[in-house]
Amino acid sequence: MLETVTLIVLVVLAVSLLIAFGRLASGPTLPDRIVAMDLIAVLVVGLIVVSAGATQERVFLDAAIVVALLGFIGTIAYARYVEREHD
Amino acid sequence: MSETITALLLLAGSAFGLLAAVGLARMPDVFTRMQASTKASTLGLGCLLAGTALQLGDPASIVRAASIGAFVMLTLPVASHVIARAAYLRDVPLWEGTVIDQRREAERMKNEE
Repeated sequence: MLETVTLIVLVVLAVSLLIAFGRLASGPTLPDRIVAMDLIAVLVVGLIVVSAGATQERVFLDAAIVVALLGFIGTIAYARYVEREHD
Repeated sequence: MSETITALLLLAGSAFGLLAAVGLARMPDVFTRMQASTKASTLGLGCLLAGTALQLGDPASIVRAASIGAFVMLTLPVASHVIARAAYLRDVPLWEGTVIDQRREAERMKNEE
Protein backbone atom coordinates (compact mmCIF):
# COMPACT_ATOMS: atom_id res chain seq x y z
CA MET A 1 0.00 0.00 0.00
CA LEU A 2 2.78 2.41 0.95
CA GLU A 3 4.40 1.99 -2.49
CA THR A 4 1.22 3.16 -4.26
CA VAL A 5 0.82 6.07 -1.84
CA THR A 6 4.44 7.12 -2.37
CA LEU A 7 3.94 7.04 -6.15
CA ILE A 8 0.79 9.20 -5.88
CA VAL A 9 2.60 11.64 -3.54
CA LEU A 10 5.56 11.97 -5.92
CA VAL A 11 3.25 12.60 -8.90
CA VAL A 12 1.23 15.24 -6.98
CA LEU A 13 4.44 17.01 -5.89
CA ALA A 14 5.72 16.94 -9.49
CA VAL A 15 2.46 18.50 -10.72
CA SER A 16 2.75 21.23 -8.05
CA LEU A 17 6.32 21.87 -9.24
CA LEU A 18 5.04 22.24 -12.83
CA ILE A 19 2.39 24.77 -11.73
CA ALA A 20 5.03 26.73 -9.76
CA PHE A 21 7.29 26.69 -12.84
CA GLY A 22 4.39 28.19 -14.82
CA ARG A 23 4.30 31.14 -12.40
CA LEU A 24 8.10 31.41 -12.56
CA ALA A 25 7.88 31.69 -16.35
CA SER A 26 4.89 34.04 -16.56
CA GLY A 27 5.92 36.54 -13.85
CA PRO A 28 4.58 39.23 -14.31
CA THR A 29 6.93 41.06 -11.86
CA LEU A 30 10.33 40.05 -10.44
CA PRO A 31 9.02 39.50 -6.87
CA ASP A 32 6.46 37.03 -8.32
CA ARG A 33 9.32 35.01 -9.73
CA ILE A 34 11.19 35.09 -6.40
CA VAL A 35 8.08 33.80 -4.59
CA ALA A 36 7.82 31.02 -7.18
CA MET A 37 11.52 30.13 -6.66
CA ASP A 38 10.91 29.98 -2.90
CA LEU A 39 7.97 27.59 -3.34
CA ILE A 40 9.99 25.47 -5.80
CA ALA A 41 12.82 25.13 -3.22
CA VAL A 42 10.35 23.95 -0.55
CA LEU A 43 8.68 21.50 -2.96
CA VAL A 44 12.07 20.06 -3.98
CA VAL A 45 12.92 19.53 -0.30
CA GLY A 46 9.59 17.69 0.04
CA LEU A 47 10.36 15.53 -3.01
CA ILE A 48 13.81 14.60 -1.65
CA VAL A 49 12.37 13.75 1.78
CA VAL A 50 9.66 11.51 0.28
CA SER A 51 12.19 9.71 -1.93
CA ALA A 52 14.42 9.23 1.15
CA GLY A 53 11.52 7.40 2.77
CA ALA A 54 10.71 5.42 -0.40
CA THR A 55 14.26 4.19 -1.06
CA GLN A 56 15.28 3.85 2.65
CA GLU A 57 18.31 5.95 1.68
CA ARG A 58 19.01 8.10 4.76
CA VAL A 59 21.70 10.19 3.03
CA PHE A 60 18.93 11.96 1.07
CA LEU A 61 17.89 13.73 4.28
CA ASP A 62 21.32 15.44 4.41
CA ALA A 63 20.81 16.53 0.79
CA ALA A 64 17.42 17.94 1.80
CA ILE A 65 19.09 20.01 4.55
CA VAL A 66 21.52 21.48 1.99
CA VAL A 67 18.71 22.32 -0.48
CA ALA A 68 16.70 24.02 2.29
CA LEU A 69 19.74 26.13 3.26
CA LEU A 70 20.53 27.11 -0.35
CA GLY A 71 16.88 27.98 -1.03
CA PHE A 72 16.76 30.36 1.94
CA ILE A 73 20.07 32.06 1.11
CA GLY A 74 19.08 32.39 -2.57
CA THR A 75 15.73 33.96 -1.69
CA ILE A 76 17.34 36.47 0.69
CA ALA A 77 19.99 37.35 -1.92
CA TYR A 78 17.39 37.90 -4.67
CA ALA A 79 15.21 40.02 -2.37
CA ARG A 80 18.18 42.19 -1.32
CA TYR A 81 19.04 42.63 -4.99
CA VAL A 82 15.51 43.76 -5.84
CA GLU A 83 15.51 46.22 -2.94
CA ARG A 84 18.97 47.59 -3.84
CA GLU A 85 17.97 48.08 -7.49
CA HIS A 86 15.15 50.34 -6.30
CA ASP A 87 17.51 52.88 -4.64
CA MET B 1 -1.00 0.92 11.88
CA SER B 2 2.05 3.16 11.64
CA GLU B 3 2.04 2.49 7.88
CA THR B 4 -1.50 3.90 7.64
CA ILE B 5 -0.51 7.02 9.59
CA THR B 6 2.55 7.45 7.36
CA ALA B 7 0.41 7.16 4.22
CA LEU B 8 -2.11 9.69 5.55
CA LEU B 9 0.63 12.17 6.52
CA LEU B 10 2.32 11.86 3.12
CA LEU B 11 -0.99 12.32 1.26
CA ALA B 12 -1.87 15.36 3.41
CA GLY B 13 1.58 16.85 2.80
CA SER B 14 1.38 16.47 -0.98
CA ALA B 15 -2.19 17.86 -0.99
CA PHE B 16 -0.99 20.99 0.85
CA GLY B 17 1.92 21.29 -1.59
CA LEU B 18 -0.53 21.19 -4.51
CA LEU B 19 -2.74 23.75 -2.72
CA ALA B 20 0.26 26.08 -2.34
CA ALA B 21 1.07 25.80 -6.06
CA VAL B 22 -2.56 26.41 -7.07
CA GLY B 23 -2.67 29.45 -4.76
CA LEU B 24 0.52 30.74 -6.38
CA ALA B 25 -1.03 30.32 -9.83
CA ARG B 26 -4.51 31.69 -9.12
CA MET B 27 -4.10 34.61 -6.66
CA PRO B 28 -4.27 38.18 -8.06
CA ASP B 29 -1.11 39.96 -6.79
CA VAL B 30 2.31 39.25 -5.23
CA PHE B 31 1.25 39.64 -1.61
CA THR B 32 -1.79 37.33 -1.79
CA ARG B 33 0.23 34.80 -3.80
CA MET B 34 2.92 34.87 -1.14
CA GLN B 35 0.56 34.28 1.76
CA ALA B 36 -1.10 31.39 -0.12
CA SER B 37 2.17 29.70 -1.06
CA THR B 38 4.34 30.10 2.07
CA LYS B 39 1.86 29.01 4.73
CA ALA B 40 0.43 26.03 2.85
CA SER B 41 3.89 24.83 1.80
CA THR B 42 5.24 25.04 5.40
CA LEU B 43 2.37 22.86 6.66
CA GLY B 44 2.76 20.49 3.70
CA LEU B 45 6.48 20.04 4.23
CA GLY B 46 5.86 19.49 7.97
CA CYS B 47 3.42 16.68 7.15
CA LEU B 48 5.85 15.09 4.65
CA LEU B 49 8.70 15.24 7.19
CA ALA B 50 6.57 13.71 9.96
CA GLY B 51 5.45 10.91 7.62
CA THR B 52 9.01 10.12 6.49
CA ALA B 53 10.37 10.22 10.06
CA LEU B 54 7.66 7.73 11.07
CA GLN B 55 8.44 5.55 8.04
CA LEU B 56 12.23 5.40 8.59
CA GLY B 57 11.88 5.20 12.35
CA ASP B 58 15.53 5.33 13.46
CA PRO B 59 16.73 8.17 15.73
CA ALA B 60 19.19 9.67 13.20
CA SER B 61 16.48 10.13 10.55
CA ILE B 62 13.99 11.52 13.08
CA VAL B 63 16.52 14.12 14.29
CA ARG B 64 17.39 15.11 10.70
CA ALA B 65 13.71 15.41 9.72
CA ALA B 66 13.01 17.48 12.86
CA SER B 67 15.95 19.80 12.14
CA ILE B 68 14.80 20.34 8.53
CA GLY B 69 11.31 21.13 9.82
CA ALA B 70 12.59 23.57 12.46
CA PHE B 71 14.90 25.26 9.95
CA VAL B 72 12.15 25.72 7.33
CA MET B 73 9.64 26.97 9.90
CA LEU B 74 12.21 29.55 11.12
CA THR B 75 13.42 30.76 7.72
CA LEU B 76 10.33 30.73 5.46
CA PRO B 77 8.52 33.57 7.32
CA VAL B 78 11.74 35.64 7.30
CA ALA B 79 12.23 35.04 3.56
CA SER B 80 8.62 35.91 2.71
CA HIS B 81 8.82 39.07 4.84
CA VAL B 82 11.97 40.19 3.01
CA ILE B 83 10.34 39.54 -0.40
CA ALA B 84 7.18 41.39 0.63
CA ARG B 85 9.21 44.38 1.82
CA ALA B 86 11.27 44.45 -1.39
CA ALA B 87 8.12 44.15 -3.53
CA TYR B 88 6.35 46.95 -1.65
CA LEU B 89 9.36 49.29 -1.81
CA ARG B 90 9.59 48.58 -5.54
CA ASP B 91 5.95 49.73 -5.93
CA VAL B 92 4.61 46.44 -7.24
CA PRO B 93 0.91 47.18 -7.91
CA LEU B 94 -1.52 46.00 -5.23
CA TRP B 95 -4.69 44.14 -6.15
CA GLU B 96 -7.57 46.59 -6.81
CA GLY B 97 -9.61 44.95 -4.02
CA THR B 98 -6.96 45.79 -1.39
CA VAL B 99 -8.57 47.47 1.64
CA ILE B 100 -5.72 48.43 3.98
CA ASP B 101 -2.37 49.99 3.01
CA GLN B 102 -1.07 51.26 6.36
CA ARG B 103 2.30 52.44 5.08
CA ARG B 104 0.73 54.71 2.45
CA GLU B 105 -1.67 56.12 5.07
CA ALA B 106 1.22 56.82 7.45
CA GLU B 107 3.13 58.64 4.69
CA ARG B 108 0.07 60.74 3.82
CA MET B 109 -0.41 61.72 7.49
CA LYS B 110 3.27 62.68 7.75
CA ASN B 111 2.97 64.90 4.66
CA GLU B 112 -0.10 66.67 6.05
CA GLU B 113 1.71 67.65 9.27
